[in-house]
Amino acid sequence: MNQELHDLVAPYALDALEPAERDAFERHLDECADCRAQLADLQEATLALAFAESAEPPPALRERILEAARSENGAKVIPFPRRRWLFPATVAAAAATAVVAIGVGLWASSLSRDLDRERSANAGYARALQLLGGGAEVTQLADAEGGLLVAPDGEAALVVCGLQPAPKDKTYEAWVIEGETPRPAGLFRGGGGCPPVLLERDVPKGSQVAVTLETRGGVDQPTGPLLVRSEAV
Amino acid sequence: MTAAAQLSDEALLAAVARSDEAALAELYDRFGRMAYGLALRVLRDSALAEDAVQDAFLNVWRSAESFQADRAKASTWVLTFVHRRAVDLVRREERRRTEPEEAAPVPAGPGADEDAERRSKREVVQDALRRLPPEQREAIELAYYGGYTQSELAERLGEPLGTIKSRMFAGLQRLRALLDEAGFEAAAP
Repeated sequence: MNQELHDLVAPYALDALEPAERDAFERHLDECADCRAQLADLQEATLALAFAESAEPPPALRERILEAARSENGAKVIPFPRRRWLFPATVAAAAATAVVAIGVGLWASSLSRDLDRERSANAGYARALQLLGGGAEVTQLADAEGGLLVAPDGEAALVVCGLQPAPKDKTYEAWVIEGETPRPAGLFRGGGGCPPVLLERDVPKGSQVAVTLETRGGVDQPTGPLLVRSEAV
Repeated sequence: MTAAAQLSDEALLAAVARSDEAALAELYDRFGRMAYGLALRVLRDSALAEDAVQDAFLNVWRSAESFQADRAKASTWVLTFVHRRAVDLVRREERRRTEPEEAAPVPAGPGADEDAERRSKREVVQDALRRLPPEQREAIELAYYGGYTQSELAERLGEPLGTIKSRMFAGLQRLRALLDEAGFEAAAP
C-alpha cells in the first residue's frame, strides 16, 4: 500500500488537496478498496458539515438551472461503454478507427456550407493525414472512439468521435497531462463527427491527453470531469 | 406531487442520468438549500454562491451517468460537486483572506421557513463541531469552510503537513463518532 497516498484520504474528503494531488489520490482510490471504505466513512462527517449549512437560495436560481440544463440537453455528451484495451491488436484497430474517422470527417466537411469552418476543418484533416503519413503513433482513448496521433517530434492531433457541439457558453478544452500536471492544449467546439483537433502543445512520451468541458474562453486548470482520456503515449 | 418526489436520492440520480428534467428539479428541491448555504458559507458572496450552485447542478446533469452507487451516497456525490466548485472559486478569487471563523456568515440564519427537523440537524452538527478538540476543529473548519488546502494550512498554522493531515483525519473520525452518538442521520431532509 502506498502510505503517502493513503494519508490523503482525510484532506481529500475535505477537498483540501491541490488539483494534482487530488488526481493522484483518485487514481489510487481505483486500486485501494481500504481507502474507498475509509473515505465513505469520513464522508459521513463531511456530509454532516454540509448539512450544518442551509440558506434560502434566490427563487430565480432554480429556473435558471433548469433552463440551462434544458438548453444543454441536446448537447449532452454521449456516454461510451467502457472498454478494456488489453491487446496489441487494438492499436491497429485504433489506427483504423482514426483513419476511418478522418475519412468520414473529410466527407462530412465536404457537405458543410460554412466556408470558414470547412477550411479550418479541412486544414485539420490534412495535417492529421500528414502526421499519420509521417509515422505518427496512434494511442487509444480510454472512453471514446477515435485516437490520438503523435508524430515522432511530439506534434499531435486528437481525433475524437461523438462529442456533441459544446453549448454556447462553453468550450471543449484539450489537456496534455505530464506526470500529474495538466497543461492547456487548445479549445474546440466539438460536433461534426470526428474532427481532428491539432493540439497547441507537444505531447511528450509518457504523458496523456484529456478533454474537459469548460467555460467559453477556456481555463488554466481543468474544472469539469474528464470526458475523454487517452492512454499514456 | 410528481413521481420524482417518491424516488430515493440514488434513483433520482439515475433518472437525471436519463436527462429527466423533473428529476433534476426534484434533486434541486432536495439539496438546493444545503447547496446554497454551503456555497455561501465558503464564498461569502451571494452572486458567487449562485454561480457555484448552478455550475455544480449542471455538472451533476452532465455527469450523472458516472455516479457509482457503490462508491458514495447520492447526497455526498451531489454536495461534493457543490463544495468543490465553491472551493475552486474561492481559491481563484482569493476571497478568503479574512478569518473564516470571525466572518462566518449568518448564512443560514434559521430562515423563517426552515423546518424544525432541518434546524435540529443543524444544531446537532454544530454542537458536535464545538465538542471537537480545538486544533482538530480549526483544521476541519479552515479546510472545509475556508477552502484552504492542506499545504496552505500547514504554512498558515506553522505545523508540519503530517500534523495537519492527522488532525483532519482524527477530527473527521471524532466528528463521525459524535454524530453517531447523537443519532444523526444524514438522510435527505
